[in-house]
Amino acid sequence: MRHTITLLVDNESGVLSRIAGLFSARGFNIESLNVGETLDPETSRITLVTTGDDFIIQQIIKRFNNMVNVIKVSDLTDEVRVEREMVLVRMDARDDTRAEILRTADIFRAKVVDVGPKSYTLELTGDKDKITAFIELLHPMGIKEFARTGTVAMKRESKLTKNKGEEK
Amino acid sequence: MARMIGAEMFFETLIHEGIDVVFGLPGGYVLKVYDVMPKYSDRIRHVLARHEQAATHMADGYARASGKPGVVLCTSGPAATNTVTGIATAQMDSSPVVVFTGQVPLPYLGSDAFQEADHIGITRPCTKHNYLVRKTKDLPRAIKEAFYIAGTGRPSPVLVDMPKDVLIGEDEFVIPDEISLRGYKPPKKGHPGQIKRAVDLILAAKRPLIFGGGGLLWSGASEELKELVHRLQIPVTLTLMGLGAFPADDPLFISMLGMHGSYAANMAVHDCDLVISIGARFDDRATGGNFEKFAPNAKIIHIDIDPATIDKNIVVHCPIVGDAKEVLKQMLEMLPAKVKTNRKEWMGQIKEWEKKHPLAYKQEGDKILTTYVIDTLSKITDGEAIVVSDVGQHQMWVAQWYRFKYPRTWITSGGLGTMGFGFPAAMGAKFARPDKMVVCVCGDGSFQMNMQELATAVENKMDIKIILLNNGHHGMVRQWQTMFYNCNYSASKFDVLPDFVKLAESFGAIGLKARRPEDLEATLREGLFTEGVVLMEIFVDENELVYPMIAPGGAMNEMILGPEGVHLENMADAADMA
Repeated sequence: MRHTITLLVDNESGVLSRIAGLFSARGFNIESLNVGETLDPETSRITLVTTGDDFIIQQIIKRFNNMVNVIKVSDLTDEVRVEREMVLVRMDARDDTRAEILRTADIFRAKVVDVGPKSYTLELTGDKDKITAFIELLHPMGIKEFARTGTVAMKRESKLTKNKGEEK
Repeated sequence: MARMIGAEMFFETLIHEGIDVVFGLPGGYVLKVYDVMPKYSDRIRHVLARHEQAATHMADGYARASGKPGVVLCTSGPAATNTVTGIATAQMDSSPVVVFTGQVPLPYLGSDAFQEADHIGITRPCTKHNYLVRKTKDLPRAIKEAFYIAGTGRPSPVLVDMPKDVLIGEDEFVIPDEISLRGYKPPKKGHPGQIKRAVDLILAAKRPLIFGGGGLLWSGASEELKELVHRLQIPVTLTLMGLGAFPADDPLFISMLGMHGSYAANMAVHDCDLVISIGARFDDRATGGNFEKFAPNAKIIHIDIDPATIDKNIVVHCPIVGDAKEVLKQMLEMLPAKVKTNRKEWMGQIKEWEKKHPLAYKQEGDKILTTYVIDTLSKITDGEAIVVSDVGQHQMWVAQWYRFKYPRTWITSGGLGTMGFGFPAAMGAKFARPDKMVVCVCGDGSFQMNMQELATAVENKMDIKIILLNNGHHGMVRQWQTMFYNCNYSASKFDVLPDFVKLAESFGAIGLKARRPEDLEATLREGLFTEGVVLMEIFVDENELVYPMIAPGGAMNEMILGPEGVHLENMADAADMA
């Protein structure tokens, strides 16, 4: 099963490899990983998406909790949450595709962030499925390259939120 | 506030933490520490080990015998990598070892400088936490936190990496009064609701069993355990790591469980209706490795300080996260002072199992059996010695045959199974408990892995006994080859062995030999009661095998009880599962 896990950690060198090490020790792959500072510059927020045996993921979460540098762990998988990714796509903009590219971008509410004589660079934010659909639609028009961030996620502040999955 | 250099801060902080002995070996980047060491030699004793792995085992043995953290000091690169086996050993058995390594100066970090290794990266998976200290003034805080982390919660090793420029740099010396680690809150008391559930399960059980592990020792919970056991009349079995937590001469003690546990203990685990596990982690060597067939008729209460052990190997009915001593206290408070129990049937069943297949040996013929050696050792010392073993057949026989009376008198590498651990760990134990007789029981194979430490023992004028059981083989390897690999003794026999008595003598130690059963007791008595470093080389029968044995992956009621059980058709499969 796919799990979205967020961790509040000390903003220190080596923390990320401690986190990643637990996955590699179990032979698990991390699908996406995002790290950034929080309001408190001494802490960072890590959002991590992985797919694997629930039982082992629970073990890994317990081990996260045991880490001295990990302040808080939440498995958002069962939570009502907001998840977003961003992508930058550089399109091969030929005469016959320029208009169609812009139209697609418009439908997805993507922004054009760079324009060249032979290319457009588009920026899109959305959940994983939206980004994937966007890329699939653009594909036949000629994608030169794209860079995709991992997922960042937050629990929704809704009364319907289940209180499960909260650790520590 | 005083100004001083990092190397001085190192000792000042150690003294502040109550450390009085350090096991180490000098070298390049840590030389400043050794340079200032003489100033502190009246308060901190330095034991010069001959190998950093051995130094780490010494610190580990010291920690296990005393309950206090053991300290290692060494240089960078090969010295640090040498400690890794010792660190991993300590981690698997939850021992608070704090390792201090020198490191190349910060500007050279990552440049492949001479004797540089990534200590933090290498030890990350085998420590609870590790520190690279970047500023001289941060050193006292890092050291204080290291001891706090190592010694609280589930005890574990911690490494502190000290670059040379940090050690020679000067700053104000301030030890912080308080430790504030936002991500580290070791549990103490158990959840009262869970404890209530456990108490109800215990009171309702007809065939309860205590399944105690090493956590009982680290927590110092023996008295509480005795109180609980006697109040409720519950039989006790212990894992390899738990031996000593409950006295072997108590009628409610039914010996060790597990791969080489007693028939009665393993049958009791299989047949009980409630497992009360305290400070144990359901390791495959303790449960037979067949988690599905483990205690099939029982509810399981799991008391452990480490939440990550809960549901790791065995899914339990009633987990309680907390310190064993605290949780047992809470339980005792919740239980009535007098409990009416009817254990006649259950204890009768256990006694029957004990009678049916007791631990037994028959010393006949002209070759000494190891079981006979350990039984004799137990009788001569009356269970009063600290016994430190290496890893292999002899280890299992000590666990079966030495009747441990007290906590912290049995020291062994259980989790990692580190050969070469025994002798240096025994030395560490002797530094912790100079009042106790300390006996290292080892094999010819394992002793060779750290025998250089004879020099350290003689140099420190130690009073330490080594019983070296020489069967000319890697005994446990040979046993597995006998049982699971059609007696194909590949690479398990030594064609050359030193004369261990002469070897001991060459270091200035005393050496004794026994070859015949009739000489054994006299040799042991002479060796044990002669002061100094005494090595007793006992030639033993290589054909003796450890029984009972649960083949790897077997259920706990499926034991091989003797030679007639060997060569079952599924033995090769069992070997594959190991």
